[in-house]
Amino acid sequence: MPVFYGTHIESPLMLGTAQYPSPKIMAEAFRTSKAGIATVSLRREQRSGQDFRALIAALSVHILPNTAGCHSVKEAVTTAHMARELFQTDWIKLEVIGNSDTLQPDVFALVEAAQILCAEGFRVFPYTTEDLGVCERLVQAGCEVLMPWGAPIGSGRGLMNPYGLRMLRAHFPDQVLVVDAGIGLPSHAAAAMELGYDAVLLNTAVAKAGDPVAMAGAMALAVQAGQLAARAIPMEPRDMAAPSTPVLGQGLLA
Amino acid sequence: MGQIHILGAGVMGLVMATELAARGHQISISDPAGGPGPGACSWWAGGMLAPECEAESAEEPVARLGAEAAAWWQKHSGCVSYQGTLVLADPRDRADLSRFARLTKGHQTLDEAGISALEPDLAGRFRQGLFFADEAHLAPRAALKALVAGLAARGITITAAPPAKPALTTALTPTLTIDCRGLAARDQLTDLRGVRGEMLLIRCEGVTLSRPVRLLHPRIPLYIVPRGDGVFMLGATMIESDLRGAITLRSMMELMAAAWAIHPGFGEAALIATGADARPAFPDNLPRLIRRGDVLFANGLYRHGFLLSPATARMAAEHIETGAQPEFLHEVSP
Repeated sequence: MPVFYGTHIESPLMLGTAQYPSPKIMAEAFRTSKAGIATVSLRREQRSGQDFRALIAALSVHILPNTAGCHSVKEAVTTAHMARELFQTDWIKLEVIGNSDTLQPDVFALVEAAQILCAEGFRVFPYTTEDLGVCERLVQAGCEVLMPWGAPIGSGRGLMNPYGLRMLRAHFPDQVLVVDAGIGLPSHAAAAMELGYDAVLLNTAVAKAGDPVAMAGAMALAVQAGQLAARAIPMEPRDMAAPSTPVLGQGLLA
Repeated sequence: MGQIHILGAGVMGLVMATELAARGHQISISDPAGGPGPGACSWWAGGMLAPECEAESAEEPVARLGAEAAAWWQKHSGCVSYQGTLVLADPRDRADLSRFARLTKGHQTLDEAGISALEPDLAGRFRQGLFFADEAHLAPRAALKALVAGLAARGITITAAPPAKPALTTALTPTLTIDCRGLAARDQLTDLRGVRGEMLLIRCEGVTLSRPVRLLHPRIPLYIVPRGDGVFMLGATMIESDLRGAITLRSMMELMAAAWAIHPGFGEAALIATGADARPAFPDNLPRLIRRGDVLFANGLYRHGFLLSPATARMAAEHIETGAQPEFLHEVSP
């Protein structure tokens, strides 16, 4: 099971807390999936969202506040400070938006904000592209966790660049790697775990499903299946079919 | 049955008063503001009576019980428009339209010609839409005022303060208080929370719509409700916050951009008012009746004040009259 900055988490599934039909359904989704970490946004709610924060605290999971909706280094750093105060945690999912339509990360501002926050003692979980150069910089800044996207936020398109994600895994064998964003189906979540990733973070795929609780359960099973498969050392695909019984002599039996 | 006093003259209080008075109960009603106004979140409501569309994100009781709303409002306020609801999406967001269609009932799929037949001003702007023919809408402030007038016609006026408790119980003493104070009842109901909503009122001479139009968008869903005389209501944000302060620029820009996407003619509209308030909600986002001794709370109508207040008031009346335990009744203590 994943270890984030020294904290053991019981599940490789991380869930967002936005867009559920109700807080009650959100709570049931967490219970059913046994997700170990809940991400929470602050940018729009600011300090006045205390009632919703209390409902999230009642989930009894680890809370990972995020800087969703921040477009600059300064906004992200200010929001991280507020998150530390409101949630009493030095964990921060660092998100700096580069494009307000696609919500792609601004990787330059991301690296800069990560340097500032790591120096201030935050445990930074950066939402990034799968670019190796950017990930190197984030690790140099002090990030022990990297969270490359599978596809843009809310797109549900799955792993757009499995090769890039596989390369990251090979290049950073000791970093904690999480596929964050773009997961639409349990098969996408399983695929991320099959690549040897430590965890998967998703929100829309569960919250906007017709039955969020059922989908949360499906995601939990998929993540578990993918994790078991990665540990089991899967067979390599090959170009030729490989019959498991000898064909020699079959004609004689026909 | 003795006297019933209702606290609060927002949509829940006025519907409760109207329903109980119509059933022959002796009622009185008070509100610190003296009547419906900007202090009540229903003042800022969209007024869509759209139970089928709400099923996209709400639980089953909303669609079933919301179906009572249009007939109730027509009977008691006479200001319901039965024009249905039109749901649209930009071509690149068509996945949201198919999702909406899968999660709702009672709609027909429209093509470009079907959309322009319903709303000629939208001709050529959208290739696909959903039409919910059975839905309705009303103008919230006019509807609330009609309920006040209806109560006045029965000799019931809204006082600023509840009746003082006399030292001795008399026949005129309220035997039951129904607390419909919305978010203000948080002093008694600890799991009530506020969900912020923001809206705009605009006047636009260049665009005519006959019915509420919903524009689906992965991040900025918008509805636009025609109020008549060129006035439209644009709404509404949903933010997990009880902040009641003025609308933010971001929310305003998003609402305006979405209106522009429905028709660029809205770009020439005059902005006549903005509004922001916090809706009262319980963790399941469904209304609750809570009985504690001689107080009955009716609260948590969330974004469904006009849609679910008639069913909530009916259940309260059944509980009072027969001791029934209707589905919204959550807790009973002596």
